Amino acid sequence: MEVFTTLNGIVAPLDRANVDTDAIIPKQFLKSIKRTGYGPYLFDEWRYLDHGEPGMDCSTRPRNADFVLNQPRYTQASILLARENFGCGSSREHAPWALLDDGFRCIIAPSFADIFYNNCFKNGILPVVLKDKEVDTLFAECEVTPAYTLNVNLQAQTVTTPRGDVFTFKVDAFRKHCLLEGLDEIALTLKESDAIRDYEKRRGKEAPWLFSTRP
Amino acid sequence: MGKTLFDKVWEQHIVRENDDGSTLLYIDRHLVHEVTSPQAFEGLRLSGRMPWRADAAVATPDHNVPTKHRDQGITDPVSRIQVEALEKNCREFGIREFGMDDVRQGIVHVVGPEEGLTLPGMTLVCGDSHTSTHGALGAIAVGIGTSEVEHVLATQCLIQKKPKVMRIRVDGSLPKGVTGKDMALYIIGRIGTAGGSGYAIEFAGSAVRGLSMEGRMTLCNMTIEAGARCGMVAVDDTTIAYVKNRPFAPEGQDWDAAVAVWQQLHSDEEAVFDREHVFDAAEIPPMVTWGTSPEMVVPVTASIPIMDDARDETQREGWLRALEYMNLSAGKPIQDIAVDKVFIGSCTNGRIEDFRAAVEIIKGRKIASNIKVAMVVSGSGLVKKQAEEEGLDEIFREAGFEWREPGCSMCLAMNADRLEPGERCASTSNRNFEGRQGQGGRTHLVSPAMAAAAAITGHFVDIREW
Ligand code: SF4
Repeated sequence: MEVFTTLNGIVAPLDRANVDTDAIIPKQFLKSIKRTGYGPYLFDEWRYLDHGEPGMDCSTRPRNADFVLNQPRYTQASILLARENFGCGSSREHAPWALLDDGFRCIIAPSFADIFYNNCFKNGILPVVLKDKEVDTLFAECEVTPAYTLNVNLQAQTVTTPRGDVFTFKVDAFRKHCLLEGLDEIALTLKESDAIRDYEKRRGKEAPWLFSTRP
Repeated sequence: MGKTLFDKVWEQHIVRENDDGSTLLYIDRHLVHEVTSPQAFEGLRLSGRMPWRADAAVATPDHNVPTKHRDQGITDPVSRIQVEALEKNCREFGIREFGMDDVRQGIVHVVGPEEGLTLPGMTLVCGDSHTSTHGALGAIAVGIGTSEVEHVLATQCLIQKKPKVMRIRVDGSLPKGVTGKDMALYIIGRIGTAGGSGYAIEFAGSAVRGLSMEGRMTLCNMTIEAGARCGMVAVDDTTIAYVKNRPFAPEGQDWDAAVAVWQQLHSDEEAVFDREHVFDAAEIPPMVTWGTSPEMVVPVTASIPIMDDARDETQREGWLRALEYMNLSAGKPIQDIAVDKVFIGSCTNGRIEDFRAAVEIIKGRKIASNIKVAMVVSGSGLVKKQAEEEGLDEIFREAGFEWREPGCSMCLAMNADRLEPGERCASTSNRNFEGRQGQGGRTHLVSPAMAAAAAITGHFVDIREW
């Protein structure tokens, strides 16, 4: 996993609440057995006027001029500014994969859906929860400022605006550590192999039916 | 201090508590399907790892499988590759799979409880958000992403932070014709799609205890639509009777020992919850969603809300966008909404009880002339078999319904079953997001009986007056 320390990035505003994972990456793209290549299909039903299918060449598809992320000023964006309950719906990790593939490393919103929030950390994306008012401020500033850029510092847990306002956010210590170091969580857990085996031994006596392989 | 049901199951699965507040939690059962697992198996392969306990995992393809002409295999080449990848991965890593030609194949969340793979007191995961379904048996069951699927395969554990616990009590008894589905939609309408965020929910109260296991599964299934990853119901006689004699359930001495343990799986009298909601079952009517989020829901006797009723600007904007997408107008009575298609199935309502309820409504009747397609898709091969043994398929066919092979089908339209742009559907599934049942398709979530009645009349009707 790619490390995340600080990010100075252009912000793209997506002013909708309850953006669900079906909207982030529609189901037809979930048929791929790869982890990459989802970027062009990010927000497919909003971004294009035609119906998207996996494998399509998106450079020639008709774009929806009304969809905010189609504006040229946001093509280089790496921070997505969103509204409450972002990422609700399914557990598909294809959603963070698509965001990452399209260049997003950080998403700022007043709240996230649990599974999506969790999935972001596994893929080097930092989801940042700020207060409603702070998010309102960012939307307002972003709208009137071309190439609006924020500085996100994971170590310090801060988001700094161009005017110098500093907003702090919370992040779980373990997740922060993994993201800062780009750690492989499976390798970390496997260091606990003895503890896992001890647990299995003890539990196997208490509840043997959990370890039988019938029928 | 008393313990909650959630606390009890959680504590039995702690391998290690870390200083940073996270817990290494042991996972008893891992259900696997074709969509969220290929990248996880690939990860194992790339790092040269093997499953920690291959016997704890069971796989079945569901999202992509065709519900017609099974004998011809999967014609969509992309879907076929994914289903074949699951088969190949299961063979390579020694994982039991109920393949497409196995009668036990079906939607993972229907198959788990049906086979006794889901047991009370377990921790259970699956790379799918509706894993919350299995909490109906008194298990901690959570949906996970693909990275975690790989993590569980490799270590049989997950690193988790203990959520807060909310109790939702529904007291009294449900009126006739009102089901677990209506209860779920009603609760979501009241607490909102983010109402359970950060919580594990325990559903309690006499109305919940009064539900059959199928009804409890429907209720827990939609916990995720209320923003919580996990929903649970305490173990009681209904639970134990359901589990008994299932193929993977314990037997003999093991069974007796298990039952003794399971009987403890309820919240203690003095248990304290971080939050509690109390509802009166008598006030729950048949519910119908009108918008593009499960919280956009009203009683069948009501009308679509007017914009002045929105609690704030964000909600008003969401409503306006939803009305435009759904091609509906504020103030329109729900019973005036005509539908084009009807879908009865999914992990929410694809079980035998759901089909029996629908059959009650349609017996001796025919679907309305404006209904282009009405289909019934079993949650599993065994549900289908049982329904056929009871003759339900005949009644469905006579009424004009299509009787299909098991799978997710038009719940998410990853296979050929889908809405065309602009089509409107009465659906027993769980999500009414934009494009969920096909691009441009419009979904109204209802109970099986409500969907069946909509098929017969061509529009929504109050099932209590049927
Ligand atoms: S039936 Fe629908 S909600 Fe359930 S697992 Fe399948 S796609 Fe997901």
